[in-house]
Amino acid sequence: MADVLKRIPVREQDAKERATNFEEVCYGYNKEEAMEEAARCLNCKNAKCIEGCPVSINIPGFISQVKEGNIEEAYKVIGESSALPAICGRVCPQESQCECKCIRGIKGDPVSIGKLERFVADYALENDIKPVKAEKTNGHKVAVIGSGPSGLTCAGDLAKLGYEVTVFEALHELGGVLVYGIPEFRLPKHKVVKKEIEKVKELGVKFETNVVIGKSTTIDQLMEEEDFEAVFIGSGAGLPMFMGIPGETANGVFSANEYLTRSNLMKAFDDSYDTPIVAGKKVAVVGGGNVAMDAARTALRLGAEVHIVYRRSEAELPARVEEVHHAKEEGVIFDLLTNPKEILVDDNGWVKGMKVIKMELGEPDASGRRRPVEVPGSEYEIELDTVIMSLGTSPNPLIASTTKGLETNRRKCIVAEEENGQTSKAAVFAGGDAVTGAATVILAMGAGKAGAKGIHELLSK
Amino acid sequence: MYKILKAEKLADKIYLMDVEAPRVAKHCEPGQFVIVKMDEKGERIPLTICDYDREAGTITIVFQEIGASTMKMSKMIAGDYFRDFIGPLGRPSDFVEEDLETLKNKKMLFVAGGVGAAPVYPQVKWLKEHGVEVDVIVGSKTKDMLILEKKMNEVAGNYYPCTDDGTYGHAGMVTTKIEKLVEEGNKYDVCIAIGPMIMMKFTCLLTKKLEIPTIVSMNPIMVDGTGMCGACRVIVGGEVKFACVDGPEFDGHLVDFDNAMKRQQMYRTEEGRAILKVQEGDTHHGGCGNCGGDN
Ligand SMILES: Cc1cc2nc3c(=O)[nH]c(=O)nc-3n(C[C@H](O)[C@H](O)[C@H](O)COP(=O)(O)OP(=O)(O)OC[C@H]3O[C@@H](n4cnc5c(N)ncnc54)[C@H](O)[C@@H]3O)c2cc1C
Ligand SMILES: Cc1cc2nc3c(=O)[nH]c(=O)nc-3n(C[C@H](O)[C@H](O)[C@H](O)COP(=O)(O)OP(=O)(O)OC[C@H]3O[C@@H](n4cnc5c(N)ncnc54)[C@H](O)[C@@H]3O)c2cc1C
Ligand code: SF4
Ligand code: SF4
Ligand code: FES
Ligand SMILES: [Mg+2]
Repeated sequence: MADVLKRIPVREQDAKERATNFEEVCYGYNKEEAMEEAARCLNCKNAKCIEGCPVSINIPGFISQVKEGNIEEAYKVIGESSALPAICGRVCPQESQCECKCIRGIKGDPVSIGKLERFVADYALENDIKPVKAEKTNGHKVAVIGSGPSGLTCAGDLAKLGYEVTVFEALHELGGVLVYGIPEFRLPKHKVVKKEIEKVKELGVKFETNVVIGKSTTIDQLMEEEDFEAVFIGSGAGLPMFMGIPGETANGVFSANEYLTRSNLMKAFDDSYDTPIVAGKKVAVVGGGNVAMDAARTALRLGAEVHIVYRRSEAELPARVEEVHHAKEEGVIFDLLTNPKEILVDDNGWVKGMKVIKMELGEPDASGRRRPVEVPGSEYEIELDTVIMSLGTSPNPLIASTTKGLETNRRKCIVAEEENGQTSKAAVFAGGDAVTGAATVILAMGAGKAGAKGIHELLSK
Repeated sequence: MYKILKAEKLADKIYLMDVEAPRVAKHCEPGQFVIVKMDEKGERIPLTICDYDREAGTITIVFQEIGASTMKMSKMIAGDYFRDFIGPLGRPSDFVEEDLETLKNKKMLFVAGGVGAAPVYPQVKWLKEHGVEVDVIVGSKTKDMLILEKKMNEVAGNYYPCTDDGTYGHAGMVTTKIEKLVEEGNKYDVCIAIGPMIMMKFTCLLTKKLEIPTIVSMNPIMVDGTGMCGACRVIVGGEVKFACVDGPEFDGHLVDFDNAMKRQQMYRTEEGRAILKVQEGDTHHGGCGNCGGDN
């Protein structure tokens, strides 16, 4: 019998092997492993884990079904709260959400809630278990802008209530960051994202790709000319930031968004696709979040030596622990407490290196983290051919600037109520990264749910 | 899927297509562009809107075959479909927003180079429809490469064709024609130059000397065209701009053309390889089920 304090380990692709391919890193549990892990759950009466989940999945409820081997039942329990469990099971920062509240975590490892959720969801995808659909439509038309997790969740919830929902997406594929940002090796596109979106389609949601709201049409026009009674904006925070240092427009300097979009959305890593990518031989990724880890691990797989250049220390890395761990295992080098000053450019306009400076941690700043300060005289140069800037993103102003009466804040985020997504404009709701700035999949889903609730309250009056 | 209603060869390696795209046709203005994607595996290719018919719901594009993707695209025929057709993108030309009376009192000079005649056309046409007559210089290497001549002549006030080899119209580069017109006493309040980067650069050097404010349409490498990737960065007046959302039209006297020209070369190796792949018999058309050309 296994030690109940320890979680059942999950099988992963060997680090050396996976550093050269785009196949998924983590294989997930099989049924026996899942049932065994599920048996570790104490089925707590006052389950703290639920409090940690932004969409309040009935965690002991679904886990107890897994324990009994009733995977279909487990899927139904999860389905009450989440439309995208195969995705959340993979990319949620569980260690700081559901799992960090788990009672098992006090003495040993918390229950692997995320991995169990993933197992149940994958099982449902493989066995094509259908979500429960509304019996008939209620005749109300709602438009959802953006097909990321917030938009998909809002659309799915409204469709279940009988609304006629159309999702408008600017790109040629559905999924938002799930398809253009998060790499294949962490979140398979065909096997997982597409299939999970298929389930939202099965609920009756219509999708129109290639529609850039603010350009192809506007929110006001959707309401006045196409009879949409309410609109949910889930347009994300897609605008990349740069540092503003010399040399940043040189060839070989990319935003993480561009690098990842070329690789994920346009599949540049696959030779049969037409979009090119400059892989780089020696790459620096500037930043320390999930996006930086994804860009670094992508560059590594394309054959480069990769350095993460981050101005604080390891403890402050904003990326998930699991991602940092995987990146290290695969061979990504961490140049911590280091900050770029200038990108060095050769005569043909290509990156040839970067001038950086050493940093040390000073007093805590507004975010509570110790503020990095330059160590005088510690500049040095590193040789490179590629720099990927991963400094964060902000909401695209396109929608706000073309919608009358839609209020935004100083950070260009759309202002919306947390509990129902209501914006400053009548019948217009918003949520996800467009409102909070770059955050997480599950928070965006929570906001999509709140928006659906707000719209339902408005239209069912 | 977006149906090609008409596909026509205008000159050597230059093609025109009318494509069904009602949402784009309803909302586009001169100066804007679309992004097309031929099939599942295709690149996203930005192309200027060259004409539009709001009633019919169609957009006209004109493109030059210069690499792997445009080579494939040139093989598409009426009845074929683009998998994706996105737009209108970018900001309309400034004059669309300007007061018409002020505009009528302005003397405008359009300068088009090569396939640049295509993006110039909808602007000149729009102005004509709003009662503004403008001068248009269109340059090409040789007579056979001159495109849209009849259409342009219909909407332009004065139309000045030029050929580098002197086979038609004014003999010489467009810049020499600008100089000549100014020498002849023409005064221009604004110049709008669209064409190859190098032509826009030299036009701007000249118009700066002649003190004619000049607008250019930048065509950097793009991916999404919505402000998400930053691939389209151009330096304008020392500041970094995203051409797909802040442009594509900018004050030509502030553009850093040298940087822009270097950035256009970024994928030269990869693009060269892709062309070879197409030429070596990877070309196919219709019925393969791969490129969407079969439905
Ligand atoms: C590389 C990367 C890795 C990440 N890793 C993780 C992780 O491991 N775990 C985690 O929880 N979170 C992660 N995140 C964050 C997470 O993906 C986002 O917080 C989440 O996707 C936000 O969802 P959203 O629905 O608000 O917006 P998005 O997912 O950004 O979707 C917005 C959609 O709206 C579309 N859109 C935008 N403007 C318009 C318009 N004008 N008209 C029509 N459509 C429009 C966009 O094209 C996009 O498809 C990561 C983000 C990135 C970039
Ligand atoms: C706003 C805008 C409007 C444009 N309008 C027109 C037009 O009306 N007619 C026309 O013929 N061309 C136009 N172009 C250029 C056109 O997009 C490129 O010629 C085309 O993408 C080349 O593709 P390729 O694969 O055939 O050639 P490649 O061999 O891949 O590239 C040849 C050259 O084209 C440029 N290029 C390559 N990929 C891109 C890309 N994704 N985005 C932009 N440029 C690229 C580069 O300079 C490159 O060196 C426009 C570009 C922009 C940005
Ligand atoms: S959705 Fe995320 S936070 Fe909620 S239970 Fe699943 S993994 Fe945990
Ligand atoms: S807190 Fe942990 S042990 Fe308790 S119900 Fe939740 S997952 Fe199970
Ligand atoms: S093309 Fe991506 S930001 Fe302009
Ligand atoms: Mg190409």
